[in-house]
Amino acid sequence: MTTTKKQLHRIDLIFKNEQDCKEILRNALARSNQEVINEMVNSGLKGRGGAGFPTGLKWKLTAEQKVDEKFVICNADEGEPGTFKDREILTRVPHKVLSGMAVCAKIIGARKGYIYLRGEYKFLVPNLKKELRRFHDILDELGLDFRVEIFMGSGAYICGEESALFESMEGKRGEPRNKPPFPTEIGYLNKPTVINNVETLAHSYTILKYGAKKFRELGVKDSRGSKVFSVSGDTPIPGIYELELGMSVQDFVDDFGDGDTKAVQVGGASGFLVPRKRFGKTSIGYQGKLTGISLPTGGSMMIFNSSRSMYNVLNNYLDFFEEESCGQCTPCRVGCQQLLKGIKAVKRGEKPASYLDKLLKLTDTMKLTAKCGLGQSVANSFSSIVENFREEMIY
Amino acid sequence: MSNMVNLTINGIAVSVEEGKTILEAAEKLHIKIPTLCYHKDLCVAGNCRVCVVEQVGNNKLVASCAMPVSEGMEINTNTLKVRNCRKHIIELLLTEHNEECTKCYRNGHCELQELAAEYQITNQDFIDLVPDKSYTVDRISPAIEKDDSKCIRCQRCVRTCAEIQSVGAIAVAHKGSEMKISTVFDRALDEVVCTNCGQCIVHCPTGALTEKSYVEKVWDAIADPETHVVVQTAPAVRIGLGEELGFDPGTRVTGKMVSALRRLGFDSVLDTDFTADLTIMEEGTELLTRLKRALVEDDPDVALPMATSCSPGWVKYIEHKYPEYLPNLSTCKSPQQMFGALAKTYYAKKIKVDPQNIVSVSIMPCTAKKYEANRPEMKDSGYKDVDFVLTTRELAVMIRQAGIEFEKLNDESFDSMMGTGSGAAVIFGATGGVMEAALRTAYEIVTGREVPFENLEILPVRGLNGVKEVSIKIEGTLDDWKFLEGVELKCAITNGLENAHQLMDNIKNGDRFYHFIEIMACPGGCLGGGGQPYPVDNDVRLKRMQAIYNEDSDLAIRKSHENPEIVQIYKDFLEEPLSHKSHKLLHTTYVKREQY
Amino acid sequence: MDFQEKLVHDLVAKYGTDRENLLPILQGVIDQERYLSEEAILKIAKEMSIPAADVYGTATFYSFLDTEPRGKYVIRVCKTITCAMKGKNQIIQAIESFLKIKVGETTIDKKFTILQTNCLGWCHKAPAMLVNDDVYTELTPDSVVDILREYREEN
Repeated sequence: MTTTKKQLHRIDLIFKNEQDCKEILRNALARSNQEVINEMVNSGLKGRGGAGFPTGLKWKLTAEQKVDEKFVICNADEGEPGTFKDREILTRVPHKVLSGMAVCAKIIGARKGYIYLRGEYKFLVPNLKKELRRFHDILDELGLDFRVEIFMGSGAYICGEESALFESMEGKRGEPRNKPPFPTEIGYLNKPTVINNVETLAHSYTILKYGAKKFRELGVKDSRGSKVFSVSGDTPIPGIYELELGMSVQDFVDDFGDGDTKAVQVGGASGFLVPRKRFGKTSIGYQGKLTGISLPTGGSMMIFNSSRSMYNVLNNYLDFFEEESCGQCTPCRVGCQQLLKGIKAVKRGEKPASYLDKLLKLTDTMKLTAKCGLGQSVANSFSSIVENFREEMIY
Repeated sequence: MSNMVNLTINGIAVSVEEGKTILEAAEKLHIKIPTLCYHKDLCVAGNCRVCVVEQVGNNKLVASCAMPVSEGMEINTNTLKVRNCRKHIIELLLTEHNEECTKCYRNGHCELQELAAEYQITNQDFIDLVPDKSYTVDRISPAIEKDDSKCIRCQRCVRTCAEIQSVGAIAVAHKGSEMKISTVFDRALDEVVCTNCGQCIVHCPTGALTEKSYVEKVWDAIADPETHVVVQTAPAVRIGLGEELGFDPGTRVTGKMVSALRRLGFDSVLDTDFTADLTIMEEGTELLTRLKRALVEDDPDVALPMATSCSPGWVKYIEHKYPEYLPNLSTCKSPQQMFGALAKTYYAKKIKVDPQNIVSVSIMPCTAKKYEANRPEMKDSGYKDVDFVLTTRELAVMIRQAGIEFEKLNDESFDSMMGTGSGAAVIFGATGGVMEAALRTAYEIVTGREVPFENLEILPVRGLNGVKEVSIKIEGTLDDWKFLEGVELKCAITNGLENAHQLMDNIKNGDRFYHFIEIMACPGGCLGGGGQPYPVDNDVRLKRMQAIYNEDSDLAIRKSHENPEIVQIYKDFLEEPLSHKSHKLLHTTYVKREQY
Repeated sequence: MDFQEKLVHDLVAKYGTDRENLLPILQGVIDQERYLSEEAILKIAKEMSIPAADVYGTATFYSFLDTEPRGKYVIRVCKTITCAMKGKNQIIQAIESFLKIKVGETTIDKKFTILQTNCLGWCHKAPAMLVNDDVYTELTPDSVVDILREYREEN
């Protein structure tokens, strides 16, 4: 590593051990709903699960629904390969997540909240339950009629998609619904529902404590605040890092790479692969339109060094999606099978290299026509890997 | 009035009610958007994605079947992007699909095949996935075959079985590439709660669900010089068959059908309508007997309401789901099975043919009838009462195979003895028909007067509503029936098993009391049966229904008890309703079955 | 009432017969029996008035709701990218040779089943596995055998 490079701005907000949860809650609950919504909107916070929908707007739209029963759901179905930050947040600062849920509940008028926890994280339950008891006592003290329960998933990646998650909670197969209607109108049990990622809720605590202004000072236009990154792969220092949004992949690699980084997969298996030649031109954040210049992520940063075969990487991703697609819509269910079988056929020489171009056209269809957001993104890794490492697919 | 929403499709302005979808708006403009998982009878799934269209300002395509219209929306249904995507989706479906179209039962009647033709899918770019799939074919049921290699996972069958029929014999199982339509633990359809109603077949776009065909067996029987092949045709066949042979829905082809059956080589061309009238005599008498036991003898064991037993789908449904109500089922066999039992006894004797040499074939709008004919109880003639059951669709196949130009045929009449039916029998083919027929006869038996409805048309029992109720006050009774004087006879009629489920729950909970209920397993009754032509929706069902009622009103005899052949069979053979002989041949018992 | 009947009955009594309680009930059976037998599915269907095919279809959607017999300890080795990069195959080989069964199989004493699973969320500590609900990370062929030996030797 050189000494002249720009250091990444490490942030210590989310995991800061703060025991003032009751105070923060008391203050937040004392403010008017409008004030808190404005604070959230002004902070520029966007959903940290990966899709990047403005959180304040989500709360506002749900608050506007004139329905008696509403829900707040914390999406802890962290299934995207390469992502493990939500587990860490729920382990270390669960009270921040719960506080975010409680404030949201008060604003939208919900009395019931759920944490949808992936089955793989069942070992977190005893601690979370202890934390819940403590938190419910605080709510009783503050006079807020709100209770949170844990709902366990059972091993299905797609349930991280919000409408699939509702279906799963309703005791059904986790198949995404048609949208519209959106959860803000029709969510869990067909009631207006705010569903936020674990980290999003934890950030809302930070915003409530320090104010929107301070949060906004971090990050860049369209991508405000900090973000918790899950760093894995060929790095000497894998783990969880809170960093300022808007960093370039080059700066990230300088800090986290092993000196031989060939590519970084941003956003997990459903995200994009950035090859070395584009490290400097790519930043991390949420832009209105996907330009490839700024990539969104739920926080997964997987680093590959030059010893890795990008064919094997893609094969692994496609294997994952072929199994984890819910299977209901044609482009995702059959598309994934075709991409997987297709790269194998090209590798074995059963199909010509030009077959990759046919598959690239197919990925366009998958992105355009799949029923849900995840279905629309399963082909991202294929197109970004094949476009950048075509020779590795063939030989 | 609901709000109207303005949008343009392919640059043409259209205004539709709020809440309508793009697909519905396009229909209004006569712009066809291809669909597969969409069906008017069912809730929207939006999973096949073949109906995608381009919405200006949206960087994804949207599924027109699932996307509600919004003000100012600009939709394009025929851009390059849309066409390429659709073509891809059809190609993808074909890679998972067993493409042996020429060997497929639904060759020529397959929505996927039509789309592939429309989009000229002439080359196979993508890899054939079928060899790596362990697809199973279930041919165990005597009524329905399920071939997973033809399935496109549109889930129309699953939604049909759950939403229309409330049976849930099949569901979506597994996920990803393994996702499939399955029974519980992939058991054979014959081993689960399936009622054999065949609504899944009618709603399936491909050859994944089909009836078990007995066409070859019937050809064999016809070709055998030793056998006398008797054929009966159900009331709903005569108003459905034309549809399968190029006529508009709701065209009555009774005379042409009879003529075609003779040309096919059937030895006796007879009518299930005859035994429909007989059913009214037996079932009507059974009802009056039950009422007498209840009202006069205060018999606590008499089961009311009495439920009709003509629909074998309904019979199997109640055996599975409400076995505690089996005593409420009329003990009358269905008209098909009454016919079968009589064909090899009464009729055989009359025409002096050894019943051993009679092959009894029935043409039904129904797939459950195939199962019914195979029930072990159905051998009261000493032989299998009905040997082979063909659907309306299978009859059309035979007619085409025989090279008969159906539309050119002259009208002919059924053979005698078991070939005459009244208007009351014809309306068995529509929901409410059995009730109406029974009331026409029962009321007259009890009071000596015609049922008090204009032109015998008991309108409250007609139509497609889920649950229809009618109550008739019985007044001016004859001496034998004084116990019914002033009684308000309460009846309910329902069609489709989801509605039957609602009705039975109302009865079970004590929310409703009835004396007599008519239940038909299929939407619209037999006219919408699982053996009728596809595609079907409520527009088609209503047209068929109109045809049934027209057939009734055109007949001179419109009450079962006035059918001269009925009068004759009681005189010559059965003696009277519920006689010892009719008990032996025309009545049956039921079996309690597992709930799942 | 046999054990399973009581188990299903108690779970339904605890959670209720509404559809949204199906997953906790299925999970409750898995906790006790490690898989959902045909009998268990039929019992749940009956108690909750949900078609059995629907219960089966729902269960088979979820990787952890097995419908095939499993051992007392279900070993799920993560096969997703980072674990694959960091030697998942060697871990599997070590487990297979220690237990003398292949992936997908159950030991004769019905104590262990080996499965592979998709991302467990321990990419920074790969390779990882679950033994029932417990997580083990940064596995080596030696450490995994030590872990399983303890399971095998417990009473």
